[in-house]
Amino acid sequence: MTILVQTSAKSTAKSTVLPAVMALAIGLGIIFVAGHVQASALHDAAHDVRHATGFPCH
Amino acid sequence: MLPKILTSGLFAGFCAGLIAALLQLIFVQPVLLHAELYEGGDLIYNMLEGAPSQPDIPGFDAMRDGLSVLFSALIYVGYGLILVAFMSIANAQGIAISAHQGIVWGLAGFVTIHLAPSFSLPPEVPGMASADLAARQVWWWGTAVATGVGLALIAFGRSALFMAAGAVPMVAPHLLGAPEPAVFTGPLPPEVASLFAVRALGVSMAAWATLGLFAAYFWQRETQDA
Repeated sequence: MTILVQTSAKSTAKSTVLPAVMALAIGLGIIFVAGHVQASALHDAAHDVRHATGFPCH
Repeated sequence: MLPKILTSGLFAGFCAGLIAALLQLIFVQPVLLHAELYEGGDLIYNMLEGAPSQPDIPGFDAMRDGLSVLFSALIYVGYGLILVAFMSIANAQGIAISAHQGIVWGLAGFVTIHLAPSFSLPPEVPGMASADLAARQVWWWGTAVATGVGLALIAFGRSALFMAAGAVPMVAPHLLGAPEPAVFTGPLPPEVASLFAVRALGVSMAAWATLGLFAAYFWQRETQDA
């Protein structure tokens, strides 16, 4: 498993940064909702995972 | 580009999340359930008389543990998207990432999201005394972001100065200090709390190592014939 990946030549900044920023925003959104929002139903459902993951829980 | 990042992050995160869930159910959940016996008052810890080290602990609960598996997979999908997003930026800068190197990326993620915040705000077992939740969450996010920036400076800094500068945001949150409760009122034996904290970190470390491996592997596959 030593295949190296490189994008062909220099991609423009826009074509690499924008998608990365969007994926980053989605990822952070998921962690915020699943790990940190305190809505009661969400808290109860995610309770054990929040503790086991080390998120501040209650 | 975005569909490739989403695909790689989703696959890698889902696989790592299932592994994390399995390890958590085996190693962390029994300690958590043990702690809840003290939190709920079923067991009382008295320092002089002690408390049983092997109490009867509830077994597998399909609803509760099923939700844990789902949320574990969901959270690791979030981690996976973040990790692949940074890998894609590194790739564009000409930094190649093999699957094995992905493990190092995963371990860096573990340090950023788990180890660094835990250094001052250890994983809390139910029943532990703690400061205001919002304050702890703000500190948690700040520490994770600062640690990520510090690690990036150390990993990609082109001079010794950059690398030294990376230590600053990593140390600063801990010099500032995490929100702490005014008094400790936890009803738990310390043995339970310390085992929980280290088990939680150990499982996260294993899960992040696999997340890094999978993320780099799927990202390679997605971009190979582009």
